[in-house]
Amino acid sequence: MAEKVHGKHHEENIKAYGNNFTTMTPGPFAKWMRTCVIYQAIRFVAINIKMLVVVGKSH
Amino acid sequence: MARVVVLGGGVSGHTAATFLQDWIGSNHEVVVVTPNSKWNWIPSNIWVGVGQMTKEDVTFDLAPVYEKVGIIYHQAKALGIHPEGDKKSDKPYVVVESTKEGSVGETENIEYDYLINATGPKLNFGATPGLGEGTNLGEHTVSVCTADHAEHASHELHKMIEAMKAGERKKFLIGTGHGMCTCQGAAFEYIFNIEHELRKAGVRDMADMKWISNESFLGDFGVGGLHMKSMGFAVSSKIFAESLFTERNVDWIIGAHVNKVESGKAHYELLDGTKGEEEFDFSMLIPPFAGVGLKAIAKDGKDITDTLFAPNGFLKVDANYGAGAYENWKASDWPSTYQNPTYSNIFACGIAFAPPHPISKPMKSPAGTPIGPTPPRTGMPSGIMGKTVAHSITDLITKGADAPLHKASMAEMGAACVASAGKGLFNGTAAAMTIYPVVPDFEKYPGTGRDTDYTFGEIGLAGHWIKHILHHLFMHKAQLRMGWTLIPE
Ligand SMILES: Cc1cc2nc3c(=O)[nH]c(=O)nc-3n(C[C@H](O)[C@H](O)[C@H](O)COP(=O)(O)OP(=O)(O)OC[C@H]3O[C@@H](n4cnc5c(N)ncnc54)[C@H](O)[C@@H]3O)c2cc1C
Repeated sequence: MAEKVHGKHHEENIKAYGNNFTTMTPGPFAKWMRTCVIYQAIRFVAINIKMLVVVGKSH
Repeated sequence: MARVVVLGGGVSGHTAATFLQDWIGSNHEVVVVTPNSKWNWIPSNIWVGVGQMTKEDVTFDLAPVYEKVGIIYHQAKALGIHPEGDKKSDKPYVVVESTKEGSVGETENIEYDYLINATGPKLNFGATPGLGEGTNLGEHTVSVCTADHAEHASHELHKMIEAMKAGERKKFLIGTGHGMCTCQGAAFEYIFNIEHELRKAGVRDMADMKWISNESFLGDFGVGGLHMKSMGFAVSSKIFAESLFTERNVDWIIGAHVNKVESGKAHYELLDGTKGEEEFDFSMLIPPFAGVGLKAIAKDGKDITDTLFAPNGFLKVDANYGAGAYENWKASDWPSTYQNPTYSNIFACGIAFAPPHPISKPMKSPAGTPIGPTPPRTGMPSGIMGKTVAHSITDLITKGADAPLHKASMAEMGAACVASAGKGLFNGTAAAMTIYPVVPDFEKYPGTGRDTDYTFGEIGLAGHWIKHILHHLFMHKAQLRMGWTLIPE
């Protein structure tokens, strides 16, 4: 299993006709973006703004 | 001078008490009755449960904080409410029993002009045979519902990690321990934090991980799921949840009522009637919640608990409890002032108020077992309710009994939730979500029930940073440190 954690390993977690056969899985780029500090710093600002808007609408 | 008594110094009660003290405390009395000597930022317990934070990081002593601002603090648990007083006096009061070292078990009556019930949930482990006795956790599973539980969970988890390092394969089963549970979010966070820690420890390939929950679909979270805008689509939380479970190689059982737990084994019944059992080496199953079991007594000594409380022990408020079947449910069934309909000087906020009905569609197995999430009342709504009730009581005291009450319906408010999927400054992730409104309003927002301009979610490091910052912000706010009133709930 440890050998398999490269490339398309998330697709390999899908079990044909199992629970997770009909869902989507992220590719390496989407995964990399999740912890890419520069991109996430931008998302940090964007998410905070979105949250503040919802908090503002709720008080 | 009026006296406001707040039962429960958790997220909702502490918010209500501290704002009341700030607004009217110099002229009136604010009293908090709560059994624990420490306040706990519960959302961070999941990090205690994996050893990434300590109990001390998520708690602080309440007494000095209350003393600093002049709140009268009783370390005690409320037993009963006498809303009409008794034969000797018309003055309403609560009976409390001390939990403070040195006076444990001593009872006392505390009179009030206004009462806020913010006693949160009774952790009803006893509802599932083998999960525990009454409110006490049993020996077969762990819990992250309190900081002490979480510390114990971390200890057990690290034993598992050591065994896996020594070459033993281990099975993890995380989720809900009964068909009528809420708080799936906490279990969701815990399973992914464990998965993250196992990867960090280099033993992920030695672990089989499984989720078990009473949701009818993955991503329901007790709010009937939510649709989020993504790449121009309105995408169901089911897709996102299933995607994350697949990516992290976590299998799932859903629509499950766990009906018995034994050493290393959980028995369950599914919505389709199937019965099964699942083995585990490590399991965290959230217990169902109920009200804490306060009694209500009339002036003549008659038990009027049924008048004040719903059968599940939560306090009745201005909700529509007669909505009936799912097809008849409306957003307007949800309460907005949290005032008790019988006694106008009693309010309930946070988990302690009786919801009119669930949010997710209720379902039953062919044998008639109800299996479906009960409605969550997460941190932000609980805080907002506490502040709203404090606002109303402030006005009733300062402007007179006719002052209009403030409103905060869960069908009109949103919530920001950050669900951790692993802790780490550069490799942590969390699903940051907003949901608006919490209770779907299918008349106002046909189709999804929510405004998809304000309902969104994404997973990433930014979410983790937010969750971490929120931990420090809310610990700062709850300790009433500089600028605390500026931090929103
Ligand atoms: C593990 C976990 C993780 C969570 N994570 C999140 C999250 O990430 N985000 C989020 O928004 N929400 C989260 N929640 C939910 C959140 O903790 C609750 O929404 C919130 O605590 C509810 O506030 P409350 O004041 O109603 O109840 P509580 O905070 O539980 O407070 C109730 C208080 O009443 C006291 N009490 C009990 N019995 C009595 C009595 N008889 N007399 C007087 N006092 C009494 C209790 O000791 C307690 O202090 C999580 C919950 C759990 C269990």
